[in-house]
Amino acid sequence: MTDASLVVTDLHVEFSGFVAVDGVSFDAHPGEVRFLIGPNGAGKTTCIDAVTGLTRATGSARLGDRELLGRPVHKIVRLGVGRTFQTASVFDELTVLQNLDIAAGLHRRSASLLRARRGVEASIEHALEETGLAGELGTPAGILSHGQKQWLEIAMLLVQDARVLLLDEPVAGMSQDERTATGELLQRIAARRIVLVVEHDMDFMRRFATRVTVLHQGRVLSQGTVAEVQADPRVQEVYLGTADAITEG
Amino acid sequence: MTKMKPWHSIGGIGALALLLLAVAPLILSEHWLNNLGKYCCWAIVAVGIGLAWGRGGMLVMGQGVFFALGAYSMAMHLTLETAGDRIPGFMVLYDPLAPLPVFWEPFRSAAFTLLAIVLLPVVVAGALGYALFKRRVKGAYFAILSQALAVALAVLISSTIRETGGDTGLSDFKYFFGFVLNDPANKVLVYLIAAGLLIVCLLAVWQLYRSRFGELLIATRDAEERVRFLGYDPANVKLVAFVVSALMASIGGALFVPIVGIITPAEIGAAASIFMIAGVALGGRASLFGPALGAMAVGWGQSSLGSTWPDGWTYLLGLLFIVVILFLPNGLSSLPARVTRWARRTPAEQPAPVSPAAHLEEVRS
Repeated sequence: MTDASLVVTDLHVEFSGFVAVDGVSFDAHPGEVRFLIGPNGAGKTTCIDAVTGLTRATGSARLGDRELLGRPVHKIVRLGVGRTFQTASVFDELTVLQNLDIAAGLHRRSASLLRARRGVEASIEHALEETGLAGELGTPAGILSHGQKQWLEIAMLLVQDARVLLLDEPVAGMSQDERTATGELLQRIAARRIVLVVEHDMDFMRRFATRVTVLHQGRVLSQGTVAEVQADPRVQEVYLGTADAITEG
Repeated sequence: MTKMKPWHSIGGIGALALLLLAVAPLILSEHWLNNLGKYCCWAIVAVGIGLAWGRGGMLVMGQGVFFALGAYSMAMHLTLETAGDRIPGFMVLYDPLAPLPVFWEPFRSAAFTLLAIVLLPVVVAGALGYALFKRRVKGAYFAILSQALAVALAVLISSTIRETGGDTGLSDFKYFFGFVLNDPANKVLVYLIAAGLLIVCLLAVWQLYRSRFGELLIATRDAEERVRFLGYDPANVKLVAFVVSALMASIGGALFVPIVGIITPAEIGAAASIFMIAGVALGGRASLFGPALGAMAVGWGQSSLGSTWPDGWTYLLGLLFIVVILFLPNGLSSLPARVTRWARRTPAEQPAPVSPAAHLEEVRS
């Protein structure tokens, strides 16, 4: 089961008459950093919303042999699908440790909720090391820097032991160094898990993507490796309508 | 306040226990001890409101409903105990031959009464909370709905005078589970039960607040949707807090009856339910001691100032409310921390980790 893939087939999302996603299909496997790109309104985030149960959709989204569509949000999470949001949403008033502890709680029995936490679990220590937040254990999440909040969200997905990480613009607002660190982090994570990144940032995509799906107006425009996608004239046209826009980023 | 170390909180509960259980019975007159018992009942309700509203973000404006479940269960039992084998006096007034209403019958049993005080609020709050939270009813809608229920129950009781005593309420209880209520020693006993249960409730929420559930509850209050994406159903988290707060309201109501000696719809309706919240807001809804101390202070103000200067007291309470909401949104219990911070003149004012945002975030939906 650990090498199960996420397979989305003929995904269709409609908001009271407006078709936001129209027959999109893509797949993602462990071992690759998968990117979903496209201009504003292309339906990238809507795809993630549909897969995670936030938005109703038709079609199919399967993780291994499990159908995800039609299940409530928290049940989809329990099947191993985790996500982040465009705006970092951590619990500002709780500390980094408390945030992570809540994320880890998914695998605990309900009765254990009534006890206070003692010590730091190994999975949390590991996630802290991985994301470079080890020094911020007791810091309220609300006063972390923007980049740190995004890392905390990724760390929460790690302790949650999500098999699929759906990351919505994880490097928006980050400095160049932070982007590089995030990209390397995603590559490490992708060795054992499915990582799907929704991004605007072409430069970041070029540096870290294994495979890319380009969406435009709710449909798949192009699919392939970074080089293949960049060479696609339809993609170049969509991005600012100039042939060299995508290569310049 | 809320950053207290565990031993500070436990020490505070210990000190309060000492004051209420040992010192107060020695120094207070019978009259004031009885009043203090009444404040303890309100404080028990307030501890529950602090859990549901302060930590859980559910603005429970209708705790009168659960207060009534406990209070009327107790009052029916005490009425039957006083009446002995006969029909309760007030029923005879309307129809001397009327049989005892069916739902009164089981309350002859002391065990059933105690069980009802505990189980009725759990069942009612469980069903209500399940229906509301699963449908994601929250914010102002939840507040209005809970308030409406309190009004509806008060109207129902007012309009069923033959069965429930109506606006006159139930009163003139002579016995309390075999003890003669007029006996001063027994009055102290009833007071001690109320004060003791207040301490038990404080210990219960203390453990809840320091547990993982307490952290999850705050997370649910602040970002319900995010909690869903961590694999929890926030409805269940809120349901637990709501049911516990309902249980506490019921216990407070049940003890209110032998201490005050009368229960009427006025004690459970809209105004009473808001009065229960007022103390919590003044004391500090998210803190451990704030709700209980706030409720006791407001109760005391009501019986001292409220009797000598009724108009002024209402204005004073209103004014205090405005001042606290404007300047101390986390209640009076955040005052010491503020003063310390001001005295040290530390410029960076970090948010207390467990206090909700300054504005009424519940009203956002």
